[in-house]
This record gives sequence, C-alpha cells and structure tokens, in this order.
Amino acid sequence: METVAARQRPITQAQSTDLTIDQATNQTQALVDQVRHAYVHQQPLMITGGGSKSFYGRSVEGDQLSVSDYRGIINYEPSELVITARAGTPLHIIEAVLAEEGQMLGFEPPHYTPHATLGGAIACGLSGPRRPYSGAARDFVLGVTMINGKGELLHFGGQVMKNVAGYDVSRLMCGAQGTLGVLLDISLKVIPQPASEQTRILSGNQKQIQNLLSKWGRLPLPISATLFHNDQLYVRLSGTESGTHSAALSIGGDQIIEDQLWQQAKELQHPFFTSEQTCWRLSLPPAAPEIPEYLFKNQLIEWAGAQRWLYSEADHCNIIRWAENNGGHASLIDRNTSDGYTLFHPMSTGLMALSQRIKKSFDPAGILNPGRLYPDL
Amino acid sequence: MTLSTATQRDNLLNSLLPELGQLIPAQSIITKVEQLHAYECDAFTTMRQLPLLTVLPETIEQVQHVMRCCHRLEIPVVARGAGTGLTAGSMPVEHGVLLGMSKFDQIHDIDLDNRTALIGPGVRNKAVSDAAAPHNLYFAPDPSSQLACSVGGNVAENAGGIHCLKYGLTVHNILELEFVTIEGELITLGCAALDAAGYDLTAIMTGSEGLLGILVKIRVKLLPVPASTRVMLAAFATIEDAGNAIAAVIGAGIIPAGLEMIDQTGICAIEELMHAGYPVDAAAVIICELDGSIAEVEDELSSVIRIFTDLNATDIQIAETAEESTRIWAARKAAFPALARLAPDNYIMDGTIPRRALAQVWKQINQLADQYQLQVVNVFHAGDGNMHPSILFDSSDDDQHRRAFELGTRILELCIEVGGTISGEHGIGLEKINQMCLQFSATELQQFHALKQAFDPKQLLNPGKQIPTLARCAEFNAMHVHHGEMPFPHLERF
Ligand SMILES: Cc1cc2nc3c(=O)[nH]c(=O)nc-3n(C[C@H](O)[C@H](O)[C@H](O)COP(=O)(O)OP(=O)(O)OC[C@H]3O[C@@H](n4cnc5c(N)ncnc54)[C@H](O)[C@@H]3O)c2cc1C
Repeated sequence: METVAARQRPITQAQSTDLTIDQATNQTQALVDQVRHAYVHQQPLMITGGGSKSFYGRSVEGDQLSVSDYRGIINYEPSELVITARAGTPLHIIEAVLAEEGQMLGFEPPHYTPHATLGGAIACGLSGPRRPYSGAARDFVLGVTMINGKGELLHFGGQVMKNVAGYDVSRLMCGAQGTLGVLLDISLKVIPQPASEQTRILSGNQKQIQNLLSKWGRLPLPISATLFHNDQLYVRLSGTESGTHSAALSIGGDQIIEDQLWQQAKELQHPFFTSEQTCWRLSLPPAAPEIPEYLFKNQLIEWAGAQRWLYSEADHCNIIRWAENNGGHASLIDRNTSDGYTLFHPMSTGLMALSQRIKKSFDPAGILNPGRLYPDL
Repeated sequence: MTLSTATQRDNLLNSLLPELGQLIPAQSIITKVEQLHAYECDAFTTMRQLPLLTVLPETIEQVQHVMRCCHRLEIPVVARGAGTGLTAGSMPVEHGVLLGMSKFDQIHDIDLDNRTALIGPGVRNKAVSDAAAPHNLYFAPDPSSQLACSVGGNVAENAGGIHCLKYGLTVHNILELEFVTIEGELITLGCAALDAAGYDLTAIMTGSEGLLGILVKIRVKLLPVPASTRVMLAAFATIEDAGNAIAAVIGAGIIPAGLEMIDQTGICAIEELMHAGYPVDAAAVIICELDGSIAEVEDELSSVIRIFTDLNATDIQIAETAEESTRIWAARKAAFPALARLAPDNYIMDGTIPRRALAQVWKQINQLADQYQLQVVNVFHAGDGNMHPSILFDSSDDDQHRRAFELGTRILELCIEVGGTISGEHGIGLEKINQMCLQFSATELQQFHALKQAFDPKQLLNPGKQIPTLARCAEFNAMHVHHGEMPFPHLERF
C-alpha cells in the first residue's frame, strides 16, 4: 500500500492550457458580458463545450457561447474527496489527475469524443455503468458557479459533502442541458478507485438473468456494473482483493479478461451500437418486465435491468407508452455525426407547465439553449 | 392576543371553516387554542407561534382541498411532519393553517425486486427500515431522531445521519415524489426508474422545507443490509492528531460507514451518563464503523488500525461483539441527553466545513467560546465535516441567551470563511434565516425567490422561512455589525 503521506499530497499538475486566476476572472467577465448582452437584446445563445454530446438533445439556433477555453482544475485535495474545476476542462484530464491519486468520478461519465468537457458531462447529466451502484452525475455534484439568463454570476452549494442552505440549485443544473444557466465552476465529490476489479460471465435467458439480478440486488455484493446481451450476462465486481474474491465465489460464472467491455458500453462503442440507426434508451425500474418482442429487433441491457437500449421499427408511441406504463421513460437517440439529435420522453401537462415557470425563473428571456431539452423549454 | 388579531382570527375562521368542512371531517380540524399549543413549535422550542387552525388530512384529495381553499382565501399553509426539526421549519405562521401530515403513515408497498418502498410522508424514518428488515433491506438515511421524525420531514430537510458519509443523504435515497401544489394540483417528480425526463425536480424539492409544495407520497430506495459491521473507538491526545487521523483514513481510500468525533467535554458528559468505557482523559475520540462483506471489512479494519496507530492514537478499542458495538454507538447517540445535564439550554449548530479545516476551526470555536464566556461541546459527523458544536447556556439569563446566539452566528461565519456552509443537515427554517444573508449574495437570494415564485406565486407556503428577504438581510447586516462592534470589538475578524 502507498503511504498515507504520499496520498495526501495535494496535486495541481497544471496543464499548459489551464487559466491563471486573472485569465479566469477575465474570461468569466467576458462570458457574463456576452450573456447580459444576449439578455438585453433577447438574442438566443447556443452554449458549447467540446461538442461531444451535441446529439444529446435538439438542435439550438443561436449565437455560440463557448466555454471550452474556460478550463483548469481550481482545487483538488484527495483527502477531501472533492475536486473543483472549470467547465471547459477536458474530462480525460480530470480523470487522469484523479487516477494519479487513486481516485475517480463515481458516475463514470461517458465521453463520446476526446473533446468531452466537465461542463458538458454535468449539463447532460449522463452516467456510465457504475450508475446503479455508486450513483448518478447529479449525486456527485456539490456546488456550481453559474451565469443565469440575466447575466448574473451566481454561486450555489459548495465544496462540502453536506449542504442544505437554500434550494439545491447545483443538482438542478445537472441534466438541464444549459437551459437554466451557463456552468462555470463545478465541485464534485470523488471516490477512491477500487483496489481490485474483475469481470465474470454467466449465461441464461432474460428471465433467468433478471431473477438472478433481483436476488443479488438484495445481497450486499460489491457489484459495480452489469451488461446483458445475447443471453450472456457480464458482471463487474469492485472492492478489496478479498471482497471481490469472495463475491466471485458466491455469484459463480467464469472470470474473463475484459479490458474493453465496460469502456465500450459506457462510450456506446459496444458492437451492439451503430450510429446508422436511431436507438432507443429506456430507463426503467430494474425488475420491469421483459419488453415485448414486437417492440424491438435487438436489445442490450445495463444497470441490472434499469437501462435498456433498443433498435426498433415499432411505432414510437407504442414504445413511449410501454416505458411509461412500466414505471419509466424512453428517449430516442440519433448519433449521426453531422445532425444527430435526441428526443426525450413527453412530460405531463402539469410538469411541463411547472418546468416552463422554472425555466423562466432562471432565464426570463428564454435565451439559454432554447429548445435543446424540449421545444417549450 | 390583542383584540384586533382575535377579530382577524375569527373572521378568517368564519370564511375558512365552512369551505374546509366540505371535504374535511370535523374531527380532523383543530381550532381550540388549548389543543393548538401542541403545534406551536418544533424541537427548536425557543420560537413559538399558534396557528389559525390545524388540519390533519388523511387523503391526497383532502390535502388538495385544503390547498385550494387556502389558495383562494390567500391563507398561508405550513406543513408539519413529526415536529422534530431543529430550525423552527414547521413552526406555524400567524393566521396560517398548520397542515399536519401524521396520518399519511402508510407503507403502501415494498417492492423487493426493485428494492424500493412507496410510503406516505408521515411514516417514521425507522418504520421504513423496520418494515424492510425481514427482507434484509433498510432505508439508509438515519438521523439520530429516526425513531420519531417522518420521512416527509427528512425529504423536506434533506436529512442526514451517521451513515450518510458512505450511503448518502436523503436526496441520494429517494426516487419519486408526489406533491400537491399550492393550487391543489397533484404532480409527480422522478419515477420508479433511476432517472426521469426533464429537470431534476426531486433534487429541488428535497431540502425545500415545505416552501414549494406538500409531499404526499415518496418512493425511497432500500439497500441490502451489509454482511459484516465492525466498530472501533480511538482516543487521541490532541485535536490535531484526531483531525489528521480522519483525513488519513479518507486519503487512504477507505470510506467508513460512520466516522464520528467527540471532544473531551463531550466524552466526559457521555461517560458520566452512559458508563460506556470512553477514555475521559483523551482530548478527542473517533468512532469509526466499517461495513461490507466480511472479507472487505477485515481488510479495512487492519488498515484503519495501522493509520490510527501511526498517527498517535493513545488507545484503540475494537468491538468484538454486537453488544460492544451497540455500547459504543448507544453512548454516541446519547450525546444530547448527556449534554442536557450540563446546562439548562443547548444551542446545536450545524455548520459544515472542509475536513482539512477541522482542527483549526475547532480551536477557533474554543477561543470564541472563551471570549463569549460560554461552554461549547463538539460531538459531530467528522467524516463529512458536519460539525455540531453545542453551545451550553441558560435561557433564563437574558445576557447569556443573547451571547449564545451571537456566538452561534460567529461560529457559522467561521464555517463560511473556511469554505463551508451554515447548515449541513438541519436546514434553515427561521432559526438560521439571518445567517443566510452571510452565505448568499443579494442576486443569489433573488434567484431563490424567483424559483419559489415558479411554485408558489402568492408566497403562501411556509412564508418567511428558509430564504430571507433582502430587506431582512439589510436589517440583519446592520444589526450584526452593530453587535459585533459593541460588546466585543476585538472579535471582528480572525
Ligand atoms: C434529538 C434530535 C436529533 C436529530 N438528529 C438529526 C440528525 O442526525 N440528522 C438530521 O438531518 N436531522 C436531525 N434532527 C433534525 C430533524 O429530526 C430532521 O430535520 C427531520 O428530518 C425532521 O423531520 P420531521 O418529520 O420532524 O419534520 P418537521 O420538523 O415536522 O418539519 C421539518 C420541515 O419539513 C417540512 N415538512 C414536513 N413534512 C412535510 C411534507 N409532507 N411536505 C412538505 N414539507 C414538509 C416542514 O414544513 C418543515 O419545514 C434531529 C432532531 C432532534 C430533535
């Protein structure tokens, strides 16, 4: 084991593109000015980071507001389990810096391209294979500095684990896709990397596997990811050496050497995924019934049943209705590089009206990424 | 009660009662002043206010009806769970309705395959884990008040507990919320899946202290009970050593299920009441609980022992039996009764700071306590930096009372200065509303008000709580500086 002293060393290995404090202040001011100007002139803005998730949502018409140069790690002390960085910081840099200290982002955010930024990851609120076990992006957000649609610079939450002063605006920003504010600085809780990890494979049909997953879910097993496809279940175990070893004995199956599987699943690069066809993502209670065969051609199941990817020629309404009737929701994703888009599940009238009022409270002129999430937001 | 407020009260009752009566049975409406006293405060008993009346609805339709009536007549509504809040959050407002949610105490469903429970907001926190226990599952948030407090109150305050370092706060352990708006509309936030379409409004509703809507149904997550749990108690000769030990455990990649710290006064008070074998000569003790699979826990236990030993622990007790673990925890949980024996009143703070500042802030709190001539005891959730300094005082002595509250403000200022917050889990309510002015700028407060407006344009839900008006802040800031200068000019800044 590494010595404690070595682990406590605060690291701030500066990247050449990191901003100095003065540069950051100037850039913040420039971004504030740009939003304020857009507010005064009621001119819509399209907020961009690294462009890696531009397909996740609808296209936005507006002047570009780029935060990709607003980058750098502001504060990271491993013993605090907190990192604060600017929104334009590339995700891979953040992950590398954390890995150096034996830590990681617990929600395993997808990158999709090497240009993925922290701001984009939080604005989209996407989480990877570890989601059901460690939590979602929103679970790790501790605080943000942001610009609202009036061009006001605001700070919510902080760098501490527990904070109930005022409404939890920082978490609200997660998944709001920039429609409520421009994210500048983001503080996240981080977790220690597991000391040991292994992947096991088991075979069975969906019913058998769902039963198994439900049973395991009620046991204290260190499962950190699952993937089911073509009657094969892959299970990742993470924990201490002896913890994963004893869990492996109780779940059975065979250990496989798999360095790519989870990375591929997270990045939608598993052979199942093709960018030629639109793909459905169904988010469901994990033990929701099997999706009827007439609704899909091919499926891949993650998150112990809670995230199901489908290729389908069925009527859109039927898929949406099935997801809703089974306690979840559906989104339709087109990852075409040139003009990809995502359509999200329709909201109830009451919820949409409330969401519109909330949007208005942050962005009264409707200039921040209008329409990106829903046409009316 | 002056005549004019009495008349006003009668007028309001005359217009409200017939409307309420259309759907609410008479026995669910309390108007007698003697009976209303039961609802005049929460566990922060220094602040009290009688409501116009109390309604104890039993169905969602009844809640909707109350809201529609109050909305039409523009009468404020304050929700109340079990009234264990520590910040006057559910204290009634004058001429307002107190909506007691205690009859929403059904556990509708425990879904074993999805590991969730669908419950009413009036269900007691501990009752959820009790109901799930036969299936080897439990509800993770475990505030010390868990025998009494309601899950609705937990959601409204985003309550934490000793295990939230590893298992998260209430916000991390709920999936779906059904609430009634001030207009009487029923809206569902989140869903039974792990995420939902649109904005993350479960996050905004959690910790909103009854200002945005009335919770009527909650779907919580249940977790499997760990296979093994080990508890240890380590003593340290200085606060610095204890603070370093906390940082080192986390820095070594170990997330204990609980990591608590108690200072010497706390240790002595607890030991006197509980005789749990706490080392009374130590400057601080750390209680560390590890859980997981048997193999995992044994690995981590030896690492933690090594870290504590390397960092000068003067004594380490490891519970070998369940009884010994219970003894260590029971003593920690008896901290508040133990402190209650030291002074007539006890003002519990809830500031949270980055862990690295623990030792420094602890020292400064002790300095401040000396300057204000009051005793402060620290018993707190060290793992997540959530301090609970308790200021001991006697409220019958006006000067002590004033000094206690001023010292409280100074402690919270200190927490903000080191990058922390004025509240980690107890909430703001009315008790800490002035200190919100220290933590947030005017534009930030206005953004909060705008958000509130999106839910409650007429400002009828729990008005005057949680988010101060700018006028209130202006007044407080003026008064605050004034107080800081007058009696203790040398205390302004460290
Ligand atoms: C001895 C003691 C120990 C404590 N320990 C802890 C601890 O370890 N951790 C911790 O976090 N807290 C602790 N608390 C504080 C308190 O128990 C929590 O804040 C708890 O969550 C309050 O729940 P309640 O049901 O009593 O809510 P109440 O006090 O009745 O109400 C609290 C707030 O919630 C709102 N509310 C209640 N029900 C609803 C509803 N259905 N819809 C909308 N709003 C609602 C109220 O308006 C109010 O603003 C402790 C309190 C005591 C007395």
